[in-house]
Amino acid sequence: MPMSAVACRPSRSLALALLACVAGFVAVPAAAEEAGRTPKPSIVIESGEHCVAAPEQMRREHPDMLRHQRDRTVHRGERGMKVSLNRCVACHADHQTGSVIGSNQAFCQGCHSFAAVRIDCFDCHQSSIRPAGTRLAREAVP
Amino acid sequence: MAPGAFARIERHVFWLLIAAGALLVGAGLLAAHAMEQGGHAITGMSNQIVWGVPHVFAIFLIVAASGVLNVASIGSVFGKPVYKARAPLSGLLSLAMLAGGLAVLMLDLGRPERVVVAATHFNFSSVFAWNVFLYSGMFGIVAVYLWALMEMRMNRYAKPLGMVALGWRFVLTTGTGSIFGFLVARQAYQSALLAPMFIVLSLGWGLAVFLIAQSAIYAWNRLQLPPPIQTRMARLLGVFVAAGLYFTLVYHLTNLYWARQVAFERFILLDSGIYTWLFWCGYLVLGGVAPMAVLFSPLPRGPLAVVAASVLVLIGAFAQLYVFIIGGQAFPLEIFPGYAARSSFFDGAIDSYAPSLPEVALGIGGLGIAFLITTVGVRALRFVPQDDFGSQPALAAAQD
Amino acid sequence: MSPLPPKPSRRALLGAGAAAAAGLALAPGVRLIELAQARVAGEPATGQVRWGLLIDADRCASGCTACVDACSQENGLDSAVALRQRPQWIRKVELKELRTGREVSLPMMCQHCADPPCVDVCPTGASFKRADGIVLVDRHSCIGCRYCMMACPYKARSFVHASLTGQKPDVPRGKGCVEGCTLCVHRIDREQNPACVQACADAEHGAMLFGDLNDPHSAIARRMREVETHAVRADLALDPGVRYQGI
Repeated sequence: MPMSAVACRPSRSLALALLACVAGFVAVPAAAEEAGRTPKPSIVIESGEHCVAAPEQMRREHPDMLRHQRDRTVHRGERGMKVSLNRCVACHADHQTGSVIGSNQAFCQGCHSFAAVRIDCFDCHQSSIRPAGTRLAREAVP
Repeated sequence: MAPGAFARIERHVFWLLIAAGALLVGAGLLAAHAMEQGGHAITGMSNQIVWGVPHVFAIFLIVAASGVLNVASIGSVFGKPVYKARAPLSGLLSLAMLAGGLAVLMLDLGRPERVVVAATHFNFSSVFAWNVFLYSGMFGIVAVYLWALMEMRMNRYAKPLGMVALGWRFVLTTGTGSIFGFLVARQAYQSALLAPMFIVLSLGWGLAVFLIAQSAIYAWNRLQLPPPIQTRMARLLGVFVAAGLYFTLVYHLTNLYWARQVAFERFILLDSGIYTWLFWCGYLVLGGVAPMAVLFSPLPRGPLAVVAASVLVLIGAFAQLYVFIIGGQAFPLEIFPGYAARSSFFDGAIDSYAPSLPEVALGIGGLGIAFLITTVGVRALRFVPQDDFGSQPALAAAQD
Repeated sequence: MSPLPPKPSRRALLGAGAAAAAGLALAPGVRLIELAQARVAGEPATGQVRWGLLIDADRCASGCTACVDACSQENGLDSAVALRQRPQWIRKVELKELRTGREVSLPMMCQHCADPPCVDVCPTGASFKRADGIVLVDRHSCIGCRYCMMACPYKARSFVHASLTGQKPDVPRGKGCVEGCTLCVHRIDREQNPACVQACADAEHGAMLFGDLNDPHSAIARRMREVETHAVRADLALDPGVRYQGI
């Protein structure tokens, strides 16, 4: 929206302050680039098998894939599909802890805490292949 | 004070009121946070009594919000000048109480963060889904109606908009009553009578709230309400209270004679201790007979008497809603007619419910929201009724 | 409409299901994935089938809670909250006929009505009926308003009052949502009996019979042709999938 040239003229000190802020926003990442790598989440992909799709596609699309499939599984009763939260957990669970959450090195939590996106799934879904009080079960259930 | 002058609450009174309101709202938000963290386990609600004290407050606020707009309707639709002057305040109170009631309802949800889901996924056989549109539409319509009332150039639209608001209000309150009326399996609720009953109750509760708010605003602005206007509105409140009593009587009679819910009616009217006391003493005496005695009394009475009667009506409203909502759930469902049932899931057992602090605080937070919106609105804009105090025609109009 | 593949008889499937359940109990962690499945992966449930239960109240032993315990075990219903707030998907009800004094007990759970009031009142459509008649709660859409709990004539639904841990992988459930008997939909989809039915059979009472109401040759349909069965609160005309004999 064009600013009226007549209505207001920012004072000189205000202009300098704004310039400093903008310079700061530009300078900090530039300094980081020079200093080292951009920070990335450190996750370990435990299972060497092929995932549902390529990693780039999974990173971008896994929320939509899960959301789409959950409606089909819950409402239409489609079982044994390619996308299954239980299968994700079974494959990606940490070998020591047995879980996909619980630490920032865990598969799901690692990226999610890096991106600051809250995971809602495991309030209800089982996040561990060794849930407390049940027997060890590594098979995925569609 | 010159007639028509815009009166404002004195500054220190205003900030005191804001602080009080903020305290109430803060308590409500704290309670909502505690319920979000700890779940409903920290409340007194259970699998038997699923809607507790927050619903009592919320339903009161929503029904009264619809009823308080009646003052404006009498002005715009039926053309009574005394009520026309009061229409803007009535509209503000309506918006404020609707906001407070809906806030309590949404914060009492098991998953309040999923309100977005409620606003995007609709099952139109559910009254709740219709309510999403009815309540948000109410906000819009009342806002436009207020604009028509307060902007001189829009005044000619006040009557048609008032009629739209009146119609919308009736549909909305019918919906509120139908929330309960459509529950065919519940002894307390399975009745088509509930829709008109809620409309009639809304008129009484809304007018009582209006009278209290009006008196308070007048007192803080050092204004005087002309006695003829006061008498007229007091009598109207008495009529609404009587109509409410009539509908309550018919509701209990139909439950007994037509629906044959003898055990449930006996529970509410005779056996249940707390609900029986609240019904007879809280609603019938305090909320019905006593205010009518004050309002229809031939003896001269001051403005305080009318406020007292209005407060009594509201006490009766809360008592009635408590008995209706919570008492209605405390009595066990009759799943096996002809049998006495017993189980680990409290079949056949009357559930004992005790309101918990988070529930009461949440409900009071809703009242606080309504209070804050009203206080800020009255200070910021011209909501105080602009009677023509000095001139005769206004008083003459009040007397016809 | 393309013809469906020929299905093995229901009895054979139920027998195989019982064997599979027994196999699961004996060999933890081993799943009989080679079990013949009438529904292939990705095939949705259809209205050709309507799952139902027939409960014989005369054979139900007063004081026995095998079905309740099995449901609790299968669905992970352990809870630390007070009893009145604790979820119960199935419960044993002890009844006493007022006129005659006759006592009878039976299990009570979601009746999986054909015309469910809970589905009518749910504002988001989270409470829904699957094509094969099972009434479920989609906890992705449930906002926890508890209107379905008010509407249910059988008090079938429970509300989760506190945070949960240790959920079963097949039964996701969480705080703030409403839940109820799923007819063990995760087991039915694997051609097994619901846990309660299996437990009653294992306890040698045989009071619960599960099967396809739409299949005239199924055991449940045959039994319902032979004996008089009732729906609870039949006056409401909800056509439940759970029927009782002996009351």
